Amino acid sequence: MLTVNRVGIENEKLTKISNVLTDARSIRIKGRSFLALMLSPELPLAEWLARLDDLAGRSAGFFLERPIILDVADLDIDRHQLKALLDELAGRNVRVMGIEGGRPSLFEPGMPPAMRGGRPAPDIEVPAAEPATVETAKPADVRQDVQIARAPASMIVREPVRSGQSVIFPEGDVTVIGSVASGAEVIAGGSVHIYGTLRGRALAGSVGNTGARIFCRRLEAELLAIDGVYKTAEDLAPALRGQAVQLWLEGDSIMAERLN
Amino acid sequence: MAKVVVVTSGKGGVGKTTSSAALGAALAQRNEKTVVVDFDVGLRNLDLVMGAERRVVYDLVNVIQGDAKLTQAVIRDKRLDTLFLLPASQTRDKDSLTPEGVERVINELKQQFDWIICDSPAGIERGATLAMRHADVAVVVTNPEVSSVRDSDRIIGLLDAKTEKAERGERMEKHLLLTRYDALRAERGDMLKVDDVLEILSIPLLGIVPESMDVLKASNIGAPVTLADSRSAPALAYLDAARRLAGETVPMTIPGEKRGFLGKIFGRRAA
Repeated sequence: MLTVNRVGIENEKLTKISNVLTDARSIRIKGRSFLALMLSPELPLAEWLARLDDLAGRSAGFFLERPIILDVADLDIDRHQLKALLDELAGRNVRVMGIEGGRPSLFEPGMPPAMRGGRPAPDIEVPAAEPATVETAKPADVRQDVQIARAPASMIVREPVRSGQSVIFPEGDVTVIGSVASGAEVIAGGSVHIYGTLRGRALAGSVGNTGARIFCRRLEAELLAIDGVYKTAEDLAPALRGQAVQLWLEGDSIMAERLN
Repeated sequence: MAKVVVVTSGKGGVGKTTSSAALGAALAQRNEKTVVVDFDVGLRNLDLVMGAERRVVYDLVNVIQGDAKLTQAVIRDKRLDTLFLLPASQTRDKDSLTPEGVERVINELKQQFDWIICDSPAGIERGATLAMRHADVAVVVTNPEVSSVRDSDRIIGLLDAKTEKAERGERMEKHLLLTRYDALRAERGDMLKVDDVLEILSIPLLGIVPESMDVLKASNIGAPVTLADSRSAPALAYLDAARRLAGETVPMTIPGEKRGFLGKIFGRRAA
């Protein structure tokens, strides 16, 4: 059986907040998460390629315009065999964007880069033999499945975050039951919820999430950032100080409004 | 059962040594055998504040390095039979303190005393972390002022992370001792109010010690405030704080807020 797995690829976003340049427009480097298909070839390769051809025959364009990661962790091949395999795949219009699980000696210049840190996603249903099902397996449908299947991760901190402490959770939302002190920071991949006074820093959507928000019961923050866009205490409207506030991103500017 | 108390603050000059001496003396006045240990190796002050500077022969570093026995280094107070001091070395630095050595000294002190008060140096480095390492209870000394409060917050975080108790998964008991409080200035907004500090630090209050000339006077004559004049306002505050530390329930008074007729005439001095 041919197995096709999905794997999420995430890149850390780099936010530049320390250097203040004279030109206010700084370069934004963001992370973005795409879903890649992961192909796990099996030995003997000729047979596996035959099964791949069979799949391609049933569903034309299955691999077209999709990022493909080649998983060679359990594959006992050398560099020449890998190169031959990549050529075989290229000949079938399967474009490999990265190789996971390969020993450093397998790689040579010109090959797709080695990938690390992938996270599993639900398996993709490979189109079955009946021609009727071929039409239903459209890429759009598959993508929607994924959105539903992935449960948002969250982290709950039951104590105040003290000065000098950092809470970092790139996987999702952070909820703090207590205050975030001056000199403390909360960094979340998703939204930040503070059930107390936010005196330190809150960075939401840190790995590239424009939909992330910051909520706090009382705003006294030193710095607020969503998806790399930031505001310091000086930029905040004085009317928001000491209030229950939510902040979100519209384009390149942070919006804020009082809650209740 | 001996109790190890660390008196700490992060920031310097907020009154750690004064408070260590005053609380130590107040506990000793309750007839409980108390030793105050100076962890400020290289910048020792506790011997001066307790008036024992002329009797120091051996110190904490000598005991840690095995050059002296604990009984040789511990100095008994001349005024109180139950009060003792283990001085720091002035000629060494904090690197002379080893984790094993400190642990051994604390364990030995636990055999002989009811209370072991560790006077922490300022900062968050070796001296401060070793002083808090074996504590059962922490007294966080804070002035009603933003930088002191933030440093205290940092120290509370370390107390919850870097102490033996925290590493065993237990909760460190922490108390706030607000020192140099001036109700008038807090009312005017020159200083943080008690409630502001409590809201930021969110740990229970052990006592409020008013800003007072009596504290400086006591330091200069080499006596803990509670021994120099036990009826002065700061002495009363420390005596109450010591009772609370020992587990008694004592109503909290904010010094200077309930002024009598005389207090109004003499203004700030009454505080």
